[in-house]
Amino acid sequence: MLAMEYRGPYRVRATHKPEPQIEHPQDAIVQVTRSCICGSDLHLYHGLVPDTRVGTTFGHEFVGRVVEVGSGVSRLKVGDNVLVPFNIFCGSCFFCERELYSNCHNTNPEATAVGGIFGYSHTTGGYDGGQAQYVRVPMADVGPTVIPDDISLDDAVLLTDALPTGYQAAEMGDIREGDTVVIFGAGPIGIFAAKSAWLMGAGRVIVVDCVDYRLDFVRQYAQCETVDFREVEDMAIHIKKMTDWLGADVCIDCVGCEASGNFMQRLTGVKMKLQGGAATVLHWAINSVRKGGTVSIVGVYGPTFNAVPIGNAINKGLTLRMNQASVKRHLPRLIEHIRAGRIEPSRVITHKVPLEEVADAYHIFSSKLDNCIKTILVPPGVAH
Amino acid sequence: MSDTRLDLQAGARTDPAHHHGHTHAHPEDHIPAPVIDRSAIQGWGADLDPKDRPAVPMERTPPRLDFRPGEPEQQAQTVEILQSTERPRITPVFGTTVPPSGVSGSMRRLAFRFSENDLRRWMLLLAADRVNVVEGVVDDLRHGHVPNIYAEMGGRAELKHNPAGAAKKAAVLAGVLAVGYLLWRRGRDR
Repeated sequence: MLAMEYRGPYRVRATHKPEPQIEHPQDAIVQVTRSCICGSDLHLYHGLVPDTRVGTTFGHEFVGRVVEVGSGVSRLKVGDNVLVPFNIFCGSCFFCERELYSNCHNTNPEATAVGGIFGYSHTTGGYDGGQAQYVRVPMADVGPTVIPDDISLDDAVLLTDALPTGYQAAEMGDIREGDTVVIFGAGPIGIFAAKSAWLMGAGRVIVVDCVDYRLDFVRQYAQCETVDFREVEDMAIHIKKMTDWLGADVCIDCVGCEASGNFMQRLTGVKMKLQGGAATVLHWAINSVRKGGTVSIVGVYGPTFNAVPIGNAINKGLTLRMNQASVKRHLPRLIEHIRAGRIEPSRVITHKVPLEEVADAYHIFSSKLDNCIKTILVPPGVAH
Repeated sequence: MSDTRLDLQAGARTDPAHHHGHTHAHPEDHIPAPVIDRSAIQGWGADLDPKDRPAVPMERTPPRLDFRPGEPEQQAQTVEILQSTERPRITPVFGTTVPPSGVSGSMRRLAFRFSENDLRRWMLLLAADRVNVVEGVVDDLRHGHVPNIYAEMGGRAELKHNPAGAAKKAAVLAGVLAVGYLLWRRGRDR
């Protein structure tokens, strides 16, 4: 089968690999019909995630058709069109019993801090991902959801990570009516967090980024205010000037470890890897939120450590919330929102690229060329 | 639903339910907020009630799966799987792609002797990843495949969508090669 393959930092290719096999009674094999490149795939692509092995296939956002099921699978059948949450989870461990599916304890032998994730290094379990023609899907009765007939594949693939993560980012902000919500990052997650903040009754939504076309897009799509941080001398002062000098009620980090905006953070966090990434946005968020406010973090950071102003967080009495999204628990409500026309996920898709051109697709997305916001990879033989 | 309205001239928030209680004497120190018409925002407030938010409360028991999965069966181990020292045993389910091998594999085995709490584990893994890249090129060559690094790095896309950047990179590369060649020549002439 054709699959994306990681060869080293900034190097990927489409290559032929053996098709996946059933390895556990509760596995299914899914023929992929759409897969996305996620912003967090870029952390792998840039070589920032420890234990990213050459030969791995990335891709944790995908939909497809079930072509084979293991002997223990009873709720999925061959031919079902499914969307597959990026979390691999068992549904029965201590954490799954609490609906913390992203924290499943039964699917990642290589680390305890994170559950299993498709195609996201051996630090998340060593699974191949969905940027391929076929993919092994463990715990097939638990994770995958049959795509309703009235939900398009393009909307469905964004329900596997991007939309639930953006929604959960807003949800963890504990937004109350009239709150001012500042979202750092105008990528797909930040865009969906902005839309979700309105759903939760925000009074103002402000998105911060430095990429003109993305700021233009989010201003239109999410009807929000925007701030270009290149034009701001000091982020905390700027946000305070916008909020009667008190700070935002909620700040949300949708950027993570490769943030721009601070030379020393980039140098120590990204280039020298002395931190688990650049903590620029964590600084901005903690220092821009009001006392007693909430900082919500869905941006991905490395497993080591980051230098953040935790003393300010303590003195301001902040609530810090963070997690990978537990996709499955959000799906019913988000499908309702799509059906009601409150949110149109597929509008963020700017590029559909044949899987064969995966190297170009990664480069375009990584370098923000051609006004790219979200890229979909389409395997050979599948209709665009 | 009342709109949050702001008097842009005075810079004072006029929403009585959510005011911050003061105004400012120096308008230049205040960035006025726009008037926001909530009725024009599709879906505004649909999830205003926390009961409509699917992850509230954060820990919800029992889970709202439509069936009760039992503890998963143990997957048979057919390849080497490295295991966190913070676990008593291997998990019931795991991935089997790209088992550790070569020099990088030895480094990874060493790294997994340290806990996730130990910086040495992560730095060793990052170092192993870099060694693995070299192993990947060697492996390609051993199989008679010369990797097209230009294509693997998206060179065609760069040329198409950012020709100026591509030209700049080509010029820098040519400069580096020229300097390297001159240094080599100088060293040889001595």
